[in-house]
Amino acid sequence: MTDTRLTPASRLLEGPRGPKPTRRLSGRNIMLYGTLIVMAAYYALPLYVMVVTSLKGMPEIRMGNIFAPPVEITFEPWVKAWSEACTGINCDGLSRGFWNSVQILIPSVILSIAVASVNGYALSKWRFPGSEVFFTILMIGVFIPYQVMIYPIVILLRELGLYGSLWGLVLVHTIFGMPLLTLLFRNYFTSVPDELFKAARVDGAGFWGIYFRIMLPMALPILVVAMILQVTGIWNDFLFGVIYTKPEIYPMTVQLNNIVNSVQGVKEYNVNMAATLLTGLVPLTIYFVSGKLFVRGIAAGAVKG
Amino acid sequence: MPDSNAAPRRVDGSRPPNPLFRNLTSKLAALPMVLTALVVFIGCTGWTIVHSFTGSKLLPKLNWVGFDQYEKLWNTRRWLISIENLALYGIFSLCFTLVIGFTLAALLDRKIRFEAAFRTIFLYPFALSFIVTGLVWQWILNPDLGIQHVVRSMGFTGFEFDPLYNASIVLYGLLIAGLWQGTGFVMVIMLAGLRGIDEDVWKAARVDGIPVWKTYIRVIIPMMRPVFITALVVITSGIIKLYDLVVAMTAGGPGIASEVPAKYVYDRMFSSQNLGQGFAASTMMLLAVAIILIPWAYLEFGGKKHD
Amino acid sequence: MHSVSIRSLDLAFGSVKVLKDLDLDIHDGEFLVLLGSSGCGKSTLLNCIAGLLDPTDGQIFIKERNVTWLEPSERGIGMVFQSYALYPQMSVEGNLSFGLKNAGLPKAEIAERVARAAKILQIEPLLKRKPGALSGGQRQRVAIGRALVRDVDVFLFDEPLSNLDAKLRADLRVEIKRLHQKLENTMIYVTHDQVEAMTLADRIAIMKGGQIMQLDTPAEIYNRPRNRYVAGFIGSPSMNFLDGGLSDGVFETGGERFDISGYPFEGAATGPAEMGIRPEHVATGHDLDGLPIQADVTVELVEPMGSDTQVWTTLAGQSFRFRMDGQAEIRDGDTIRIGIDPTKASFFDKKSELRL
Repeated sequence: MTDTRLTPASRLLEGPRGPKPTRRLSGRNIMLYGTLIVMAAYYALPLYVMVVTSLKGMPEIRMGNIFAPPVEITFEPWVKAWSEACTGINCDGLSRGFWNSVQILIPSVILSIAVASVNGYALSKWRFPGSEVFFTILMIGVFIPYQVMIYPIVILLRELGLYGSLWGLVLVHTIFGMPLLTLLFRNYFTSVPDELFKAARVDGAGFWGIYFRIMLPMALPILVVAMILQVTGIWNDFLFGVIYTKPEIYPMTVQLNNIVNSVQGVKEYNVNMAATLLTGLVPLTIYFVSGKLFVRGIAAGAVKG
Repeated sequence: MPDSNAAPRRVDGSRPPNPLFRNLTSKLAALPMVLTALVVFIGCTGWTIVHSFTGSKLLPKLNWVGFDQYEKLWNTRRWLISIENLALYGIFSLCFTLVIGFTLAALLDRKIRFEAAFRTIFLYPFALSFIVTGLVWQWILNPDLGIQHVVRSMGFTGFEFDPLYNASIVLYGLLIAGLWQGTGFVMVIMLAGLRGIDEDVWKAARVDGIPVWKTYIRVIIPMMRPVFITALVVITSGIIKLYDLVVAMTAGGPGIASEVPAKYVYDRMFSSQNLGQGFAASTMMLLAVAIILIPWAYLEFGGKKHD
Repeated sequence: MHSVSIRSLDLAFGSVKVLKDLDLDIHDGEFLVLLGSSGCGKSTLLNCIAGLLDPTDGQIFIKERNVTWLEPSERGIGMVFQSYALYPQMSVEGNLSFGLKNAGLPKAEIAERVARAAKILQIEPLLKRKPGALSGGQRQRVAIGRALVRDVDVFLFDEPLSNLDAKLRADLRVEIKRLHQKLENTMIYVTHDQVEAMTLADRIAIMKGGQIMQLDTPAEIYNRPRNRYVAGFIGSPSMNFLDGGLSDGVFETGGERFDISGYPFEGAATGPAEMGIRPEHVATGHDLDGLPIQADVTVELVEPMGSDTQVWTTLAGQSFRFRMDGQAEIRDGDTIRIGIDPTKASFFDKKSELRL
C-alpha cells in the first residue's frame, strides 16, 4: 500500500510499450482491430440502448427491436421520469432523489475530503507515537465488508440523534471514504519535501498555518482527484442510502431502483431507461469531462473494495 | 539582535513538555481518524462478532446462544445458495475479469490508432453505479423485448437466452452485467502495468526472436506480478460486497436463485428482524475476507517492515 | 560569550543512537562547520539546534537561553536548506515575508525588512516572481534571504550548496563568506564537502557516529589531526598510512627503519602505530636535501591532473601515493627517490587511533 499506484497511473499517459503492429492491412491487424471493435460494441451497446429506448414511445417499444433507433423521437419519457414517475410511495419522479443526492453529495464530499486531507497531512508530517497504528487499522478497514459494520453504526447514529437524517449519511460517507482518501493524501503529502515543512516551522507557522498556507495550495491536483473519486462514489452509493436515510431523503440511486423495480402498474421501459440515464448522467459527465484525472483517481483508489 | 519572530515568546525551554501534549494540535486533528479506526473499524466489527453469538431478534440483546446462529445459518437453504452463487460468480468473474482486462490492455498497448477512444469506451461503465448497470442489463436481457426477442425476430426462432427468468443461468446474466461494469477498470490497472515495463524488454525479446504471444506469457506477465495481485485484491473484495447489482437486476430471483450473502445479511437485519442471523452471516463474510486476504498480506508485507 | 552551547546531547531513533553525549560550544559571531560523511549525525545535530527534532536527553542553549524544548520559531534561528525549500505557490516576496507575517509584524516593517534583505542579496528584481521561475542560484539566495529578514541570532545552513553545479557553488560559497563578514552573525554550516568546510569555517567540527571527533581551526585539523579518522577524512587525495612499530625515535615498517627523531611526540611513543603522510608532503628532486627519511620507489601508475600529478607506488611493502608537479615527466616503471619530513607526518596509536 504505497504510492506506487499513483506512478503507474501517470504512465498511462505515456505512449504504448508493446510491439508495433505492421502498417499494412494484414490478417493480424484485422484480428486486432476486429477484436477491439467487437469489445467496444459490447461496452457501448447498453448506453446506446438506454438512449434509444428513452426516446421511444411505449407502442414503438412493444412492437420493435431494442437496438433500432427511434422512428419518432419523444422526450416525454424524460419528462415523466424526472417529475411524474412513481416509487410506490409518491409520484413526483426522480427530481426529488436528484436533489436529495445533491444535498447528500455536497457536504459529504467536502467533509470527507477535509477530514482525510488533514489526516494525510498529520500522518505524513506530524507523526506521533501510535499514528502509524491507527493508519494501519484504517487500511485494514478498507477490506472489512460493510455488512459487518452497518448495524452497530445504526445504533451509533441513533445515539447521536442522526439516524435517518441527511447528516447521518454524510457522516457515514465521511467514515467509509476516510481510508482511501487518507491514503491518497498521505502519499501525496509524503512526497512534499520535508524541508519545506521544516522551513515553515522555522518561519513560525503551526499545524494549521502550514496546512492552509503551504500544504493545501500545493495539493490542488490531488484535491481534484479526490473530488472525482468521492463525487462518483457517493453519487453511486445505494447500500448506505437505503440503510441510513428515510424515504423522504432517499438518494437518487435508491429512488431509481424503487421506480424501476416497483411492482405496481404497467412497466414503462422508456421512462425507466430515461430515469436510469438521468441517474447515470452525473458520474458520466464527470467521467467524460475529467478524462485523465478520473483514470488517475480510480488507479489511486485501486485498493478500494 | 532581537528575535521578533516568536510572538508569544517563551523564554525558558528547559523543561520538557508532557509528551502527551507535544504537538497537541496535530493529535486533536487526527482525532476523527483515531475515532474511526477504534470505534467504527474495531469497535463495530467487534460488536457484530460478539452479537453473532446471541439470539438477538428485533433488537440486539446479549442472550448467549453459543454457535446456534451459525448452525442455523449453515442449515438454511437460502444461505447455502447464496454462498454457492457467490463462489461461482466469484470464480467466473475473477477469471474473466483478469483475462478480458489483460487482453484489452495488451491490445491497446500495441500502438494502435484511436487508443484513447477505445479506452474511454471500455472504462465508462465503471463510472456508473451497480444500480444503473443492473437496470440497463435487466432491460437488455428482457426476454420479451430484449436480445432474445431480437434474435428470434431475425429468424432464429429457437433461440433462448433469458437468464433473468431461468434459475439455472441467472448467474451468467449477473456476470455479463458485472463484467461490463468492472473489466474496464482492471484494464486500466493492467495497462498501467504494461506501460511500466521497460521498453528494452521488448527489444531484447525481439533480438532473441521470441514470438509476441510467448513474450507476453513468459516475460511480461511474470514481470507484472504486483499488478495482477493488486487487480486480484480489488476484484475479490468487490465480489464479496456484491449486493447492489443483484438488488437492481434480479432482486435475488427467480425465486432465490440469485441470492448472495450480502443480501442475506441485509434482509435478515432489516426486513425479517432476525439480527442474530444477520450478525452471524456478516461475521462469516468477514471470515471469508480474512481467509483470502491474510495470506496475501503475509506474502506482500510479511517479513518486510511495512512503513 | 557563547552563542550556542550544547550539553551532553543524546538522540536516539528507537534503538539507533544518532547523537551520543555531545558537547559543543560555539562562540558569538563564529562560522562553525559541521563536517562528516553521510550518517554521521551532522544534519541531525543541526535539526536539534533548530528545534525540528526533539533530543532524547541533554540541553541546548542559544544566547545563554535554554531552548531545548522551545519551538523552532522561538529560538532566534534562521535556516537554509539543501533543496531551498521555497514555498512554491508564493512569490519571492511572499517567501521572504511569511515568517514575519507569522510573527505578527506591522506591514511597514515587513516591507522595510524585505527590501533590505533583497538589497543585500541583490534579488530586488525577482521579488514578484514565483520560485519556479528562478535559477538554482537565485533560489538559494532567496532561501538565505528568508533567514536574513528575520534578524536572527544564529544562521543554520543544511548543505545549502549541494544541489548546485560546481561553478555556482564556488560563487555562492564566496558570497556566504562575504555575508558572514558583513553580518557577523553566528553561523552553523553542515556539509560533507571538505573544500567548503576549509574555506568557510572559523572552526570545523568533524563528526562521526554521532560524536565530534575534532573541533579546531581548519589549519589545525589539516596539520595536526587528532585521530586517524580525521587524518584520513581531511585532505584530497587522502593521507597515506604505513603500518608499523615505534621505538625510540625510529619507526619500523615493512622491514624499513625510518628516523623520526624530529617528530614532537606528545607522550610516550612506543609500540604498534601508524604513520600518516599526506601525498603533498612527500618530497622529490631538490627538495630531498637533508630529509632523514629517503627511499627509492618504482612508479606503478601515473594520474596526470594538469596542475599536478598523482603517482602511485609501493613504499615499505604498502600502497603509497604522492603528488608531483604537473610538469614532471614521469612514466610507469620509472624509479624515483622520495623523501619525507617526519615533522610533517602524523603518528597514531594502532589501538586507540589517537594522535601520538
